Amino acid sequence: MAAAVGMGQQWVLVEMVQAFYEAPAYHLILEGILILWIIRLIFSKTYKLQERSDLTPKEKEELIEEWQPEPLVPPVSKDHPALNYNIVSGPPTHKIIVNGKECVNFASFNFLGLLDNEKSAAQASLKKYGVGTCGPRGFYGTFDVHLELEDRLAKFMRTEEAIIYSYGFATIASAIPAYSKRGDIVFVDEAACFAIQKGLQASRSNIKLFKHNDMTDLERLLKEQETEDQKNPRKARVTRRFIVVEGLYMNTGDICPLPELIKLKYKYKVRIFLEESLSFGVLGEHGRGITEHFGINIDDIDLISANMENSLASIGGFCCGRSFIIDHQRLSGQGYCFSASLPPLLAAAAIEALNIMEDNPEIFQTLRAKCERIHRALQGISGLRVVGESFSPALHLRLEDSYGSRENDVKLLKRIVDYCINSGIALTQARYLEKEEKCLPSPSIRVVVTVEQTEQELDKAASLIKEAAKSVLN
Amino acid sequence: MELSAKKTFIEHFEQAPMYVAVLTFVGFGVGTVFGYLRDFMRAWGLEKRNVAQEREQQKDFVPLYQDFENFYTRNLYVRIRDNWNRPICSVPGPQFDLMERVTDDYNWTFRFTGRTIKNVINMGSYNYLGFAETDPNALKTVAKELQRYGTGICSTRQEMGTLDKHVELENLVAKFLGVEDAMVFGMGFATNSMNIPALVGKGCLILSDELNHTSLVLGARLSGATIRIFKHNNMQSLEKLLRDAIVYGQPRSRRAWRKIIILVEGIYSMEGSIVRLPEIVSLKNKYKAYLYLDEAHSIGAVGATGRGVVEYFGMNPNDVDVLMGTFTKSFGAAGGYIAGKKGLVDFLRTHSHSAVYATSMCPPVAEQIIRAMKCLMGLDGTTQGLQRVRQLGKNTRYFRRRLHEMGFIIYGNDDSPVVPLLLYMPGKIGAFARRMLEKNIGVVVVGFPATPITESRARFCVSAAHTREMLDTVLNALDELGDFLHLKYSRYSKSSHPELYEETRFEFED
Repeated sequence: MAAAVGMGQQWVLVEMVQAFYEAPAYHLILEGILILWIIRLIFSKTYKLQERSDLTPKEKEELIEEWQPEPLVPPVSKDHPALNYNIVSGPPTHKIIVNGKECVNFASFNFLGLLDNEKSAAQASLKKYGVGTCGPRGFYGTFDVHLELEDRLAKFMRTEEAIIYSYGFATIASAIPAYSKRGDIVFVDEAACFAIQKGLQASRSNIKLFKHNDMTDLERLLKEQETEDQKNPRKARVTRRFIVVEGLYMNTGDICPLPELIKLKYKYKVRIFLEESLSFGVLGEHGRGITEHFGINIDDIDLISANMENSLASIGGFCCGRSFIIDHQRLSGQGYCFSASLPPLLAAAAIEALNIMEDNPEIFQTLRAKCERIHRALQGISGLRVVGESFSPALHLRLEDSYGSRENDVKLLKRIVDYCINSGIALTQARYLEKEEKCLPSPSIRVVVTVEQTEQELDKAASLIKEAAKSVLN
Repeated sequence: MELSAKKTFIEHFEQAPMYVAVLTFVGFGVGTVFGYLRDFMRAWGLEKRNVAQEREQQKDFVPLYQDFENFYTRNLYVRIRDNWNRPICSVPGPQFDLMERVTDDYNWTFRFTGRTIKNVINMGSYNYLGFAETDPNALKTVAKELQRYGTGICSTRQEMGTLDKHVELENLVAKFLGVEDAMVFGMGFATNSMNIPALVGKGCLILSDELNHTSLVLGARLSGATIRIFKHNNMQSLEKLLRDAIVYGQPRSRRAWRKIIILVEGIYSMEGSIVRLPEIVSLKNKYKAYLYLDEAHSIGAVGATGRGVVEYFGMNPNDVDVLMGTFTKSFGAAGGYIAGKKGLVDFLRTHSHSAVYATSMCPPVAEQIIRAMKCLMGLDGTTQGLQRVRQLGKNTRYFRRRLHEMGFIIYGNDDSPVVPLLLYMPGKIGAFARRMLEKNIGVVVVGFPATPITESRARFCVSAAHTREMLDTVLNALDELGDFLHLKYSRYSKSSHPELYEETRFEFED
């Protein structure tokens, strides 16, 4: 057999040589040229696509000489509204001294008036720990106060675990990218605050905006996503989905319809992240936020994030939820792992604030009554309308019609604010970065209600605003 | 101020012998094999699952974490998890008290026994100048401001959150650094991530060092500009990127870049290296780029009077366009600052994300920074500040010299108070930290992914508050442990053969 094959091979070779002699000349010449071309290509230099081989070093030097960059920052005009901000002398408590004038404070988010009550706890902490922690949580920056605060927050909110951050803005901005990555889908309300927007930008996920508090719009988007999923079930199985909403919206003063959101969550299998910076310590019978307000089981919300800079009158933020979710942030929350931890005196102040909140649950009722009072009193001002729920402690006053451009509106509102400050009521305009916001809200005046304001002060503020509006807008 | 014409810039990055790299990979390989084995046993119910589980009602949702993403955490990190997040219950000074915690299930859960380990020498906290102290005399003004102002601000800088304290602090920071104006922020991390997007945007180019901190990387990403990375502290790599950027412009469209900004740090905290500032400044002047210097670890820690790398190299603060730093490390407080020309700071006051949306710094913390800075500048009438800076320099040089003599591989510049000691092998990370704690010394160890996989290290932060006795205790313990764990990899004895970088061509503007 082998011999026969050997003979066959030999025979094939002989045939090849014969074919070579019998081939026409042009055929051989063509093949020869092709072989030479291949050899040339193999041994010639490779070309870099980027380099323009026609630039000499002298031309490069000229280009470098000629190039002029923009200035590092564009010049800012002296009367830019944001440059002439208010300077507060002394503590921003109930009676505040703004630009030298003593006023009643209607501008700081000190809802429960706890700014004055945490000092003794903070002093004790200062004596024991000093000021700073000199390290991130992983490297000897974890103090027993932090662990105690996390424990107390988890118990207060009735969740398994809580994690604290050293800065309120960084809380939600680090929490979202820890779970949602490139390729995941996030449905977020249009009126979401800037910190949420930055968290979404850092996460590189697909963002889908739905109209503010519009559940039909959200359902439409969810249905569209469902049909997309059916086209590509394998991808859908690994794409995480989230809904990000706020309990009490900073930009509009109203609450999200949480029961409907929970229904949508189970129907379309989406997780909910709830941002409760304004509603923590405000809504609900004991101040536990919007879940208590609606009577919803807190385990239905995957993650609750809030900052401690409003009701708790401290600095920092926290996230709470089940251990399954929260524990992940201890290694992947950027603002947690790569930043120094919260100074212990601020943590002690927050614990003291929690103690006060737990011992005096009637302050929430008092706050709500005051909010309703001023909401009523501010109705019917010609030229201004109130934006916000009746129980929201942070209201907006917007112009009923615009007076031309945004700049004009801002100027008019500034005159109203100045009038009020001159007469003893401290107000402020809501500030936004006009070029950076996704959905820029209209200019407005912020009115903040706290438990420390007396009824006379509330009535005085309302009548003063009426006066100011009449004098400026007519 | 005297300018040193030829500053000797001594940095070491010695390579370990080859067998060390091989053994490191073997170590990780063994860990991985056991990891797979454990996962297999867990999947088949042979071993208890210790990780928290998803809710029953949500089991049919898309899983929140992919199993393979957490492989490293589950199987390698958890084994030595007790060396991180150690809780303390005293001031983080040169010595502190640790809460004793034990684990009954191999680091999945911890419980506190209630005892404290007292007077552990602290080689881990960023307390360079020793301002983390509880001396009531020193904290007198802080306590007073706390009593006056309370702890919260409850508003943003542009609304009702600018207090007179902030204005005082900003003026002092500007004076300290020798620049026109400064602005302070409540968090150091957020200073980078919220201001870089305000300075650069689409159509700009960011040239960032390989080993920049996460906050710089996040700020660069959020800005939307194009990012190009140059090799760590490597001027040739940076110059090549600059030339290519200007000559070829933006990719595809070939338009010129709007501006080019270089992001570097003063001292890199994982390497202990100091940025080559004079060369970068000359490059940036030649190619008309802008320089953003993050002095988180170097402000207060280097320089004859503690004013950072700018003073260390004898340069003018106006050479750097954006001076950024944090108050957490050398000043024992919290927060960050950006300083520079008045136009820059005015722009940030109006356009920084932090000024509009984030709470301002709290007054007692601001007061701590004011008193520490006044002490450093000598405005409190004593020379204590200067003494602290000198003591830190002495401690740093002593510590580094002794470690070199013992034969450890140390990275970084001879003048940097951050001292990384290379451990390489994963098994040694846990052993080193645990044994040092048994000797009553608290150290920080870092491994993958914060460092490259073969270069796990222990990182010491020398403080001005450390006495010679404390340093000697630590050094003796290191000597013993180094022999026991075979950590003395250095092939060079003493400092007979350091790599000297002598700058022979230096352009100075007089």
